[in-house]
Formats: sequence, structure tokens, C-alpha cells
Amino acid sequence: MESIGVEEKGLNLEATELRLGLPGRDKIEKEIISSFNKNKRAAPKSAEDDGSEAKADTKHRDHEAAPAAKAQVIGWPPIRSYRKNNFAPKKAEAEYGNYVKVSMDGAPYLRKIDLKVYTGYKDLLQALENMFKLSIGVYSEREGYKGSEHAPTYEDKDGDWMLVGDVPWDMFMSSCKRLRIMKGSEARGLGCAV
Amino acid sequence: MAYSFPEEVLEYVLSFIKTDKDRNAVSLVCKSWYEIERWCRRRVFIGNCYAVNPRIMIRRFPEIRSVEIKGKPHFADFNLVPEGWGGYFHPWVVAMARAYPMLEEIRLKRMVVSDDCLEMIAKSFKNFRVLVMSSCEGFSTDGLACIAANCRNLRELDLRESEVEDLSGHWLSHFPDTCTSLESLNIACLGSEVCFSALERLVSRCPNLRKLQLNRTVPLEKLPNLLIRAPELVEFGTGAYSAELRPELLSNLVNAFAGCKKLKALSGFWDVVPAYIPAIYPVCCGLTSLNLSYANIQSPDIIKLVSQCQNLQRLWVLDYIEDSGLDVLATCCKKLEELRVFPSDPYDVEPNVSLTEQGLVSVSEGCPKLQSVLYFCRRMSNAALFTIAKNSPNLIRFRLCIIEARAPDYLTYEPLDAGFGAIVENCRELRRLSLSGFLTDRVFEYIGKHAKKLEMLSIAFAGQGDLGLHHVLSGCDSLRKLEIRDCPFGDKALLANAAKLETMRSLWMSSCPVSYGACKLLGQKLRRVNVEVIDERGTPESRPDSCHIEKLYIYRTLSGPRVDTPDFIWTMDEEGNTPQ
Repeated sequence: MESIGVEEKGLNLEATELRLGLPGRDKIEKEIISSFNKNKRAAPKSAEDDGSEAKADTKHRDHEAAPAAKAQVIGWPPIRSYRKNNFAPKKAEAEYGNYVKVSMDGAPYLRKIDLKVYTGYKDLLQALENMFKLSIGVYSEREGYKGSEHAPTYEDKDGDWMLVGDVPWDMFMSSCKRLRIMKGSEARGLGCAV
Repeated sequence: MAYSFPEEVLEYVLSFIKTDKDRNAVSLVCKSWYEIERWCRRRVFIGNCYAVNPRIMIRRFPEIRSVEIKGKPHFADFNLVPEGWGGYFHPWVVAMARAYPMLEEIRLKRMVVSDDCLEMIAKSFKNFRVLVMSSCEGFSTDGLACIAANCRNLRELDLRESEVEDLSGHWLSHFPDTCTSLESLNIACLGSEVCFSALERLVSRCPNLRKLQLNRTVPLEKLPNLLIRAPELVEFGTGAYSAELRPELLSNLVNAFAGCKKLKALSGFWDVVPAYIPAIYPVCCGLTSLNLSYANIQSPDIIKLVSQCQNLQRLWVLDYIEDSGLDVLATCCKKLEELRVFPSDPYDVEPNVSLTEQGLVSVSEGCPKLQSVLYFCRRMSNAALFTIAKNSPNLIRFRLCIIEARAPDYLTYEPLDAGFGAIVENCRELRRLSLSGFLTDRVFEYIGKHAKKLEMLSIAFAGQGDLGLHHVLSGCDSLRKLEIRDCPFGDKALLANAAKLETMRSLWMSSCPVSYGACKLLGQKLRRVNVEVIDERGTPESRPDSCHIEKLYIYRTLSGPRVDTPDFIWTMDEEGNTPQ
């Protein structure tokens, strides 16, 4: 039998691999690790997807996935690793959440929130009210947040400071870079027509 | 009455007979024809590297000049074949170095090629001309440097989608100044920057350069200088197609592309800045092949481009083209033969683009020459499939991937059996089919009944039981390759159709309820077929015979059981004993 050498064991990176995850999840680790080692986009899979039993009766898991972590089955959809690795991935926000800093005038430190978890302005403002223990009030197009001590503002892609609520939610989500809750006289100023 | 005419005459006649099929037929006529033919065969194709071995190949065909070998099963592309499975080129190159000193061409697909192999190629074959490695792995740019430095008459170096350990771009500088023979260079899969001045000089001194595919790191600004040095180009792949907006760069590009009067195929287009797309407008009317499958451009830009390519025969594109873009394609590109639409965001359940079954229906309506389809989408209906089948009876390859596994007809919620049934019934010349969506055993009944010319079938998450597999194995007369994953097909169909497996190149089954006991039985029943159980949980002997195995690969072979299996593969032997 001829000696085949290195090729016989493939790249044999196992000896130097870092082990991830809990002990006892060997198979899943192997798949994830071999993905990382080959610089493939990792295919995280749900723990139950052991692959050795037919799934005739269970509907596929995909549509149960939470937005940030899509449950994936190895090799499905059937796209070659080469293609997965070489296509420019979509903006990071799509996978990792849309985090923006929130500052409040007078507060000693900033907060950070993920805009993606809110369903709309109402939801967002409620969360801000809870987070900073204040009252922002109700938005009106003509008068902003009239009557409130605070006005939520945001810096958009062009670097301008805008009043939260003027544009449709989706547009806000994609253009908001950071939030600032203005207080006092400055805030009241924003409510008046200019 | 016996008569003979000189061997030389027959040899001369045979030199006009090129295809394997015809050559094989010739060799069956009689013993002397077999002998004459085998001595003058120059080209051999080995579809499965384990179906035969170097010794057998060399013994039969002593004067080969061109070899093509394929290794891993197709599902290796989707990470279903474990690392270390096999497909090593090494034993082949060692044997050929001794037996075929005049070897000129090597074409490999899904094989493991080491730097040692490349060095051996470089040093053993004086007339070496063509090296194509498609989806191969195991080598580095050091190996490429060796090829560049030593192959005096190299004409083609094509690394097509291989995984190369990219140590540096310097390897390209190893082409000596005396190398002027290059006709085709494809380095698109390489990650690191190649020495650009070396590339430019190489291109300048190779007057026959017809194909050049750059890698992503070659900046757009460098293209004009490169293109004016390669006016004979027929196929060109750009690097990253982006730069800051500069009018003089745009006009330089326009002129450079216009200078390539023979350009028929374009690819590359990573990171596209849309403002630079018009640079290729001058060549659009001559293009027959356009690969935009890495281009992140949106439908309006794709439409503007495609509507100028009236002679387009092949289009690879992302689903950014959307249904609207496919409508335009259908209107403008009447010569279209092949369409591949890839998903831009395959892992999101929600669609990110407006691409549906309608796009494919439009193309089938508008493009009478449509032969080959690969289409990823998120919904399909039987009605659409009926229409496609009716419009495109000349389909040869139909690969449909509905992204959500087991998705039914989105209009009726029924299985897509009838739709695919219409495809196989109407498309009599269909050779390759990939199924997806919600499918019962019924679709396999249709396939077994109608798909008489089908050679390759891919099945995933489909069927109800053994009957489905039985239909396929008993009905598809031309079946050569069958690959199945996550289907409820088990022992019965396999055992009942064991003889069929001797007529096929290979069968792959993974995550199917096939028992170890059945594998052992198959091993006993089948002669000259390897039944390989792949199981990373350790020896199947440690579990009951009724336990399902993870993966199964069965293929016919003249070579007996493999001698290079890794520790997670067990070959069932003919005595039904414990293997290995």
C-alpha cells in the first residue's frame, strides 16, 4: 500500500482546534468547527438537528427562527461554500441588530438600544420613557411633543438632528444613527413652528 | 472470410473518433479493434476516481495525453461530505509521472490536490499544457508557483472555485519571462493580491490570451491597462468593480472594453459601483455569457444591462433581478439557453426581493431556446410548473430550489407532484433534475414513468416512503447519479432494486432511514460495487443492525474496496462480515 501521507487525514486540524460549546456536543461542534476552519460561513444548527433520522413528519424548522438567529440545516438551501464565502454579505445590521446610542441631557452615561426590537414609534417612546424614567408625551406633526419637558431627537445619515416621529418608521430605522433626548428650553423650542 | 487492413489505416480512421462513447463502441467490435483503439486513445474521463485505479487505467490505455478525473460526490459542495473523505489526486499523479511522461492535460473536479502533486506535475510532464482544478482543495500558492516556474508550455491554468491556501500573491511572478504560451488564466478564487506588474507583463507577452479571470483584489483602476494589452480576449472576469467616481476612469474603461472586439463572456463584478456599469455597454451586443452572480446591483441596473445583450445565451444572476428584470430578459434575450438565479439572502425566511415563480414563467414564455435552468425562489405553484413545462419542452437541466424545505404549492397548499410531473412528461430530453418543495411519492411515480432520459436526480426532504425510491430506481432507465438527503426512503426499495445500482455511477443517501443491516446485505449482493457506510458516531458494529446509518455512498467500481478510507467510512464486504 503506497504511503499517501498528509492527504489521507485531510488537513487534520482537529489536533489544534479550539473546542467550542458544552462537552458532549461533539458532532455539532465538529460541524461548526470545520466550518470555521475552512472559512466557510458557519452553519449554526439547532441542537436537535442531528441529521441521522429522516424528518418525514416534522415540518422544517426555518420559520420558527428568531430574527437574529436563523436556524439552519446543514447544506440547505444548497449553495456552494465558495458562493457563500465570496458574495458580499448584506449589511451587518440585518443579522446583528440595529444598535444605536441613546443620550439624555444631564444623564451621566449613555444607553444603547436595538431599534429592531421595536414595532414602531409608540413602542420605542414607551421604552425610552421606561429607561430614563421620564415622560415624553404624544407626538403631533404640528407641535412635536408639546407640553413635554423632553423631546426625542435623532441624528440621521446626513448628520442632521431631527425630531423623532416625522418620517415613517422604516425610514427612521434605516437613517437613525443615534438618539438624543433633549431637555428643558431646547426641547420646548422644537415644538414650535419655525 | 478473414481479411484485414493495416493497423495504421484503422488508427488513422480512429483519430477522427473523439467521444468516449464512440471510442468505447469501437473497442467492442472485436479483439484487434480493442487493441488498436486502446493504444491510440489519447483522452480519458474518469467520473468517479474510485471506480477505477491508476494501474487499471494505465494498463488499458498506455498513451494517454489528457486525463479528467472527478472525486467527491456532488453533495460535498453543500458540506454534506465529511472532511477527510478522500478523493486524493496523489496516487494518480505518482502513477502517471511514471507511465505518461507525455501527458499534456489534467482536469480535476472535487479532488484533493497537494502542493506535492503540483510539484510532481511541474517536474514530470515536459509537454504539460493544461491544468484545470474545479472545486479542488489541499494546495497552496506555493504549488502554483511551482507550476508557473516549470511548465514551459503552459496554456491553461484554471482554478475555478477551488479552495487555495493563499500564502501570497507572489506566485504569479514565477512565470518566467520566456513564458508566452498562456491562453487561459483563471485566478478568480484567490483571496490575496497578486503582484500586479507581474500580471501585466504576463498578459503583455502572451499574444494568445483568450481567457482571463481576475480575482477580487485587482482594482478597477488597473483594468484599462490590462485590457489594452489583451485585445484577443474572449472571456474576461473583472476584479472588484468599484472605485470612486472619476470621469476619466470611466472613459478609460469604456475605451478598454471597446478594444476587446472578440469579447463574448464577462464575469467577476464583485462590489459593483453602478456608475461604472455603462463601461461595458459597448460590448454587450456581442456577449453570449454574462455572470452577475456576485454583483450586488439592483433590478433597474440589471435591466439596463441585460436589455442590451440581445445575443445572450447564458445568464447567471442574483435574485436582485426580480420578476421585472426577468420579464425584460424574456423580451430582449431571445437566444437565451441557460439561466441561473441565485439567492442573495438564502437564510432569511422572509423574501428580501420581489422574485417569484413568475419570473421563471416569463423566461420560459419568452425564450424558446431555454435548455438549462437553476432557479432559487421562495414560492412555486403547480400551475406555474405546468406553464413552464408547456413553454419549454426542450429543457435538458431543470434544478429548482424552493428555499423553504417542503414548501407546498403556495396557491393551493397541495404538493408539487403534478407540477414536476408535467416537467418530466413534457420535457422528454431532460437529463438532470433537482426537486424541492412539498412532494409525496406521487412525484416519483411520474418521474419513474416519464423521465426516461434522466441521468442525474437530486432529492431533498421529499417523499413518503420506500415506494417513492422504488419508482425511481425501477423506472429511470438512464439514471446514472442519484443523490438523496433527508427523505423517508429505507431498506426495502434499495434491496429490491439492488441490481440497478450496478448500472449507475453512484448513489448517495444521507439522513435517510437506511439500516446497517441492509447495507451489509447490499454489500453481499452486489459485485463490483462498493457499499460505503459513512458514520461519524463510530463503528456501526457497535449499534444494532436495525440502527440507521448517517450516510451511504454506493458506486460501481473495478477497483475493489478503497484502500485510503478515513476512520468514519466502512466498506461492506462481499461476505457480509465485519468490515475492516
